[in-house]
Amino acid sequence: MSASPFTVTPLVRRNMRRELAARIVLGAMVAAMVLPLLAIIAYLVAKGAPLISLKFLTTNPTHGMREGGIWSALLGTIYLVVIALAVSAPIGVLCAVYLNEYAKDNWLTRIINLAVVNLAGVPSIVHALFGLGAFVLFAGIGRSILAASLTLAIMTLPVIIASTKEALAAVPMSFREACWNVGASRWQTIWSIVLPNSLSGILTGVILQVSRTAGETAPIMFTGAVFFKKIQPGTLFAYSLTDQCMALSMHLYTVTTQVTNAPEPLPYAIALVLLGAVLAVNAASIIVRSLLRSRKKW
Amino acid sequence: MVNNQPKISVENLRLSYGHREVLHGLSFSVAPKEILGVIGPAQSGKTSLLRCLNRTIDFVSNAFVSGSIRIDGEDVLRTSDVHTLRRKVGMVSPLPVGLPLSVYDNVAFAPRCAGIKNRDELDARVERCLRQAALWDEVKDRLHTLGTKLSGGQQQRLTIARALSHDPEILCLDEFSIAIDPVTTMRIEDVLKELKSHMTILLVTNLVQQARRLADRTMFLWNGEIVELDRTEAIFSNQPRDKRTYDYIHGLFG
Ligand SMILES: Nc1ncnc2c1ncn2[C@@H]1O[C@H](COP(=O)(O)OP(=O)(O)O)[C@@H](O)[C@H]1O
Ligand SMILES: [Mg+2]
Repeated sequence: MSASPFTVTPLVRRNMRRELAARIVLGAMVAAMVLPLLAIIAYLVAKGAPLISLKFLTTNPTHGMREGGIWSALLGTIYLVVIALAVSAPIGVLCAVYLNEYAKDNWLTRIINLAVVNLAGVPSIVHALFGLGAFVLFAGIGRSILAASLTLAIMTLPVIIASTKEALAAVPMSFREACWNVGASRWQTIWSIVLPNSLSGILTGVILQVSRTAGETAPIMFTGAVFFKKIQPGTLFAYSLTDQCMALSMHLYTVTTQVTNAPEPLPYAIALVLLGAVLAVNAASIIVRSLLRSRKKW
Repeated sequence: MVNNQPKISVENLRLSYGHREVLHGLSFSVAPKEILGVIGPAQSGKTSLLRCLNRTIDFVSNAFVSGSIRIDGEDVLRTSDVHTLRRKVGMVSPLPVGLPLSVYDNVAFAPRCAGIKNRDELDARVERCLRQAALWDEVKDRLHTLGTKLSGGQQQRLTIARALSHDPEILCLDEFSIAIDPVTTMRIEDVLKELKSHMTILLVTNLVQQARRLADRTMFLWNGEIVELDRTEAIFSNQPRDKRTYDYIHGLFG
């Protein structure tokens, strides 16, 4: 009886106590992260949901932005995001392909890689000033959707390059070598093996930039976003590239700080739309990724 | 044999990675339809030698090659058409690599890269190569499953089928048996005996007995130098010309 192999010795008891403590502490950390997020969403929904309706989404703001909807801001954000990513995604992906697959490992490549990493960390207000100088003033585009989108594109480019490079590097080197060994050129290898097998990672990286682009205020404030603009409702083509536009992030800023006597739920409703759009896009990215993952090939 | 032009002739081949020289001036030649065994301890430069032969050494950015390699008299190190060269020199790497494509596409990959599009021609070629690699019977009913889902031994034969798919005149095998079971190894050895009738084979092997079974001549490479290159019987006799050869073969090395 005393020689039972399962006797609880002090050592075992101490390990159990530690295990319990670890569970509690780590669990508390997770709660500390999840609870505020849920609280934010609940708060926004509780405050803003009563205002949200199809009409709210599809009519222009009226009465000094105190009434009406958010149509011109919503459409503006869509324009900015779509155009910015239409520019930065192809350029970023091709840059990453070059850097990861073609560039020789020399000092120039290393400097470029370092620059990419550092650019990804530059605050958006700096990009805003660059956009103002380069696109609005120097290139003479003027404050417009085009200038603002290009500024956003420049801002997302390094992040897309970095995430794409990571996705490409996850394809095992042995696949490339096997292709080269049978006489495939670099491009044939990239096209038939490397890109198809890194697509899910590349797409995830790009889609994550949608939410970042939609949420930024600084880069567009100087380059093409305006406080107020009325556009034709009921058509997706209400803006042209040289127009200035409203945007959700900026509109939120405006109604909270610049408009006196705005109805209390209004900012919450705008924030809810912004958050909902971002969550929807992220959910789409998760679905795309899991679809592509389920076809994982090695 | 003597007045035949050699299939491969290597002269004073030197290779360095950065400032470290790993091949110190190799000179040898390989006759057509010969099996040349290459043995030697790890790190002696066997893989590096093969990578020079098909110019995949180009992908190592700090590698520097000098000397000359001629295949059918053509200068390998200076040719501008490396893709044709690589089709002429089939390469089988130590670890089996099934590309993340179907079994069929694994074998059809190289012909497609070379511009062959005709479906019948591809079908015929895929079947021929899979048969040559002794894999056809096992996969003929599932040509469209992923090559990466085959067993290790099957993937190694798939790798061989892929190396044969571009009609190479020379086949280089780099320690092909390192990750597969003895039964599969023996099957592939039988395959090599058949292939010998129409191609030149460079067999780098970590199993000295494998060289003894298959090679016409055997080279003992050690620290980037050829210690001895002779008929296989002579190398494996009790008195090879160099004592290091005897020690290595009998496991007395180091
Ligand atoms: N890409 C590389 N960069 C630098 N050194 C290398 C590289 N590949 C191989 N080497 C070195 O070259 C020597 C020969 O290696 P290798 O050709 O792989 O020998 P083996 O195939 O006989 O084991 C080793 O010392 C190895 O460390
Ligand atoms: Mg090796």
